[in-house]
Amino acid sequence: MSRFDPTGEAGLSLRMVEELAAADSLLHRLSPLPKLLLTVLYIALTLSFPKYALSALSVMALFPAFGYQLAGISPAVCFRRMRFILPLVCAVGIFNPFFDRDPLFFLGNFPVSGGIVSMLTLLLKGVFALTAAFLLIATTPLEDLCRALRRLHCPRILVSLLLLTFRYITVLLEEASLMTQAYSLRAPGQRGVHISAWGSFLGQLLLRSMDRAESLFDSMLMRGFTGEFPGDSGSGTPPAAWAAALICAVMMALARMYDIPAMLGGIILGG
Amino acid sequence: MITFENVSFSYPGGEPVLKGVSFHISPGERVGLIGANGAGKSTLLKAALGLVDVEGAVIIDGSALSRKTLPLARKTLGYVLQDSDNQMFMPTVLDDMVFGPMNYGMSRDEAEALADNILSDLGIARLKHRQNHKISGGEKRMAAIATVLMSSPKALLMDEPSSSLDPRNRRALINTVNSLSVAKLIASHDLDMILDTCDRVLLISSGQIAADGAAWDVLTDQRLLEESGLELPLGIQGSRK
Repeated sequence: MSRFDPTGEAGLSLRMVEELAAADSLLHRLSPLPKLLLTVLYIALTLSFPKYALSALSVMALFPAFGYQLAGISPAVCFRRMRFILPLVCAVGIFNPFFDRDPLFFLGNFPVSGGIVSMLTLLLKGVFALTAAFLLIATTPLEDLCRALRRLHCPRILVSLLLLTFRYITVLLEEASLMTQAYSLRAPGQRGVHISAWGSFLGQLLLRSMDRAESLFDSMLMRGFTGEFPGDSGSGTPPAAWAAALICAVMMALARMYDIPAMLGGIILGG
Repeated sequence: MITFENVSFSYPGGEPVLKGVSFHISPGERVGLIGANGAGKSTLLKAALGLVDVEGAVIIDGSALSRKTLPLARKTLGYVLQDSDNQMFMPTVLDDMVFGPMNYGMSRDEAEALADNILSDLGIARLKHRQNHKISGGEKRMAAIATVLMSSPKALLMDEPSSSLDPRNRRALINTVNSLSVAKLIASHDLDMILDTCDRVLLISSGQIAADGAAWDVLTDQRLLEESGLELPLGIQGSRK
């Protein structure tokens, strides 16, 4: 990869996620459908916390933290991959402290306004949702996820579109990376592609990636592809997977219903 | 097995690529398809697979190619693309191998058992769980052949199978191709490989069949090859010096 090759880097990131998903761990071995449902439930519950429920929300961090441990994946990998999205998540509630200035509680002598708490709550919600989504795709191959979606009766066309788009993005990034390399070799000292070459660069990229995508599609047609990726009708979800998912779901629901840190604090402080 | 009857084809707004091509390949026959760049080799292979709409008749295993017979024809023929990167689209070799059979209704377990047998037969069992983008060009070519064999094709169509292979991988490929008993139509510029793998050669020039005969006869006819923009195979050149 050349010194400046964001497309190559993006392609490698996609490959890396695929490699992570192909690893073997307890979480990887869990059937995709319960994993998908649990992730959706987790994200829904996390997002449903009231805007001042910072302490109650903090307990939700345990689930992805536990998940990353089970999967043998460092959370740093997730944060590194999401370094471009996380600032956007942080920016969502950035104006809350200016609009909501009433003190909610005091930290020592320092008044903490509702705006600061709601900003932190929004931030945590975003971070938790993203880490959970990343954990799902880092422990489940996309094909398995799509099969799970089909089992949920997600429309066939949407599922196929999702898979083909993912494959096409890979092709597009590979072609873009090759072209960037070829360009940089003949334009030493330039950072990126000069604006005067963008038109022909993008045109060529589109043509080349379409050619490759067509060849890939031919190859799929030759092997009986009829618009739907083959499912595995032979293996259902084992009862143990459902049991584990149910236990997790109940724990998530309890964490949503009760402010566990406040309850623990009350018990410890005898309040 | 494969019959072309007066097949013609032009890309939209372009010159004719195939002009009245006719030939027949019998079951188990090993046929090389040679010709200069742009002669129409790849288009001819695509025509056999129904990937381009042609004039004339293409008959695969007794059935004329049509929208109705296309699925069966494609199951009958295995197609190894020139660029294996375009052939392997799933994350791992195994995923790619089971893709075809599962499309045809086989269960994952059955498909995996079949994949084990084929990988073992080809001597590449070590590649089973490897990521496609992490294996070498030679390994990828062998894996691509393995994916095609998963559908138990009656004929194998190969487009430049030896391109970008080093001598050792090329030799391994030739041995593998020779070990397969199905009919083969191999399009290649590697005339030495054609000589090693095929009994019969179709020479295509400007979209027409310029010669159809025994591999040795065609590949040692210097004048015929040169008229079609080709040269004698290197092995033959060496022996004549």
